[in-house]
Amino acid sequence: MDARLKVRNTKSIIFKSVIVFLAFVITIPLIIILLYIIKQGVTQVNWHFLTHVPAPVGETGGGISNALVGSIIIVALSSIIAIPVGILAGIYLSENANTRLAYYSGLCVDILQGVPSIVVGMVVYFWVVKPLGTFSALSGSVALAIMMLPIVIRSTEQTLKLLPDSLKEAALSLGVPYHRVILKIIVPCGFAGILSGIMLSVARIIGETAPLLFTAFGNPYLSAAITKPMQSLPLLIFNYATSPYDEWHNLAWGASFILLMFVLLLNIFTKLITRKWNIQL
Amino acid sequence: MEHSVISASNFNAWFGDNHAVKDVSIKIEKNQVIAVMGPSGCGKTTFLRCINRMHELVPGARTEGTLKLYTDDIYTMNPIYVRYKIGMVFQRPNPFPNLSIYDNVVAGYKLNGLKIPKAEMDHIVEKSLTSAALWNEVKDSLHKKGTFLSGGQQQRLCIARAIAMEPEVILFDEPTSALDPISTSSIEALFHELKANYTLIIVTHNMQQAARVSDKTAFFYLGELVEFDNTRQMFTAPKDKRTQNYITGRFS
Repeated sequence: MDARLKVRNTKSIIFKSVIVFLAFVITIPLIIILLYIIKQGVTQVNWHFLTHVPAPVGETGGGISNALVGSIIIVALSSIIAIPVGILAGIYLSENANTRLAYYSGLCVDILQGVPSIVVGMVVYFWVVKPLGTFSALSGSVALAIMMLPIVIRSTEQTLKLLPDSLKEAALSLGVPYHRVILKIIVPCGFAGILSGIMLSVARIIGETAPLLFTAFGNPYLSAAITKPMQSLPLLIFNYATSPYDEWHNLAWGASFILLMFVLLLNIFTKLITRKWNIQL
Repeated sequence: MEHSVISASNFNAWFGDNHAVKDVSIKIEKNQVIAVMGPSGCGKTTFLRCINRMHELVPGARTEGTLKLYTDDIYTMNPIYVRYKIGMVFQRPNPFPNLSIYDNVVAGYKLNGLKIPKAEMDHIVEKSLTSAALWNEVKDSLHKKGTFLSGGQQQRLCIARAIAMEPEVILFDEPTSALDPISTSSIEALFHELKANYTLIIVTHNMQQAARVSDKTAFFYLGELVEFDNTRQMFTAPKDKRTQNYITGRFS
């Protein structure tokens, strides 16, 4: 009996050690990535790097201002497209969870989330780039907006579903019409959850390269015209890291560092918000 | 007839196939406190929610028969207007967590986009909170969030929110079942004050509460209105056997 107990105890201890070890192991890839990017990238970053366009081959110096401005414009445009649509669709899904339409559109949202990003880029190429006749920041934004939508929709839906019905009843019992109940009570009460969904979706798309390859295309110069090709951080990294020049590799490392910091900050921010307002996503 | 604020005749309500309220006819007079009691699932809350047309918000809900506010048929009026005239306080205190105490009180105006001068708004807030016996406790923290208050205070805030709209009738759906005894007694004391200006209809599980606060009591059983009479009469000499069984605790 004692021997059996010992065996069982030992098994427990082994099992516990394994899961503790694995929990530790899964942090390693991120730590390695962070350390490596910081080591390679941090030395590149200075004021000059942030405010200048890349130098031509053969010259030293140069920066990533075109990609920085481009990324901000493209992401802002995507947000303008995806956030209103995503929130409104999320409201429908949470308010009418039992309808056939909600079931099928929810299903489509899940599938959309799994569509490879390069496929989204190709489709947008045929929908937007070809009819307009040129690569453009706008088409890149459309592609990224499609990638943002599922996250915004699902996070809105999940957040609003958690709100008690009694809130809606309280507002309705005061004679408030349905659209005002939703816009003035339900959405503001779920604001933190919706906001963190939006930030997660921005963190998700800001590093997307594939959808931009055939849409925003890239641009070695600083441009703010949304109907013209535009550079973005991931495009710059993709183009310069695959180039044969050391100077350009350094630019790519610096851009990677900036991009990574951005995503990291967005994620930490989201965590803080969700913790402060006690929401689960 | 003109004394009846709310009158129902042969009123029926369903949830899908569930016939929750059966052939109810009742006349409720102005400035009275009416207790509605009965065992769980007897249709009393459903009946209450029919009065301000909240029942119809549930999918599959329908009603038949007439229900009147004075002489107007509630079911041909605009539901938004019905809910202006007939306020409601719920089982659990539900102040809006995104609004301050002040804004909670005037939520009925603000959420409806009704523009009211600031001075008048202040007056409404003070008057409503005073009527709900909450003014002295919150007058220094009007711009804090309503959810910081205790449960009993939150419920009185919800009462103030209903009063602010100056309704004819206020419906209470088990208003004290989520509160402690002290908060309960402060809310019960409030009913006596409020009936001077409003007609109160209170659904309650608690027979002692019905006996303490109401002028008249309606007893529902299995969707039917079994008996409706003066509270004293009902608790001392009920006419119907079922009422007597309920009051004496034969079933619950």
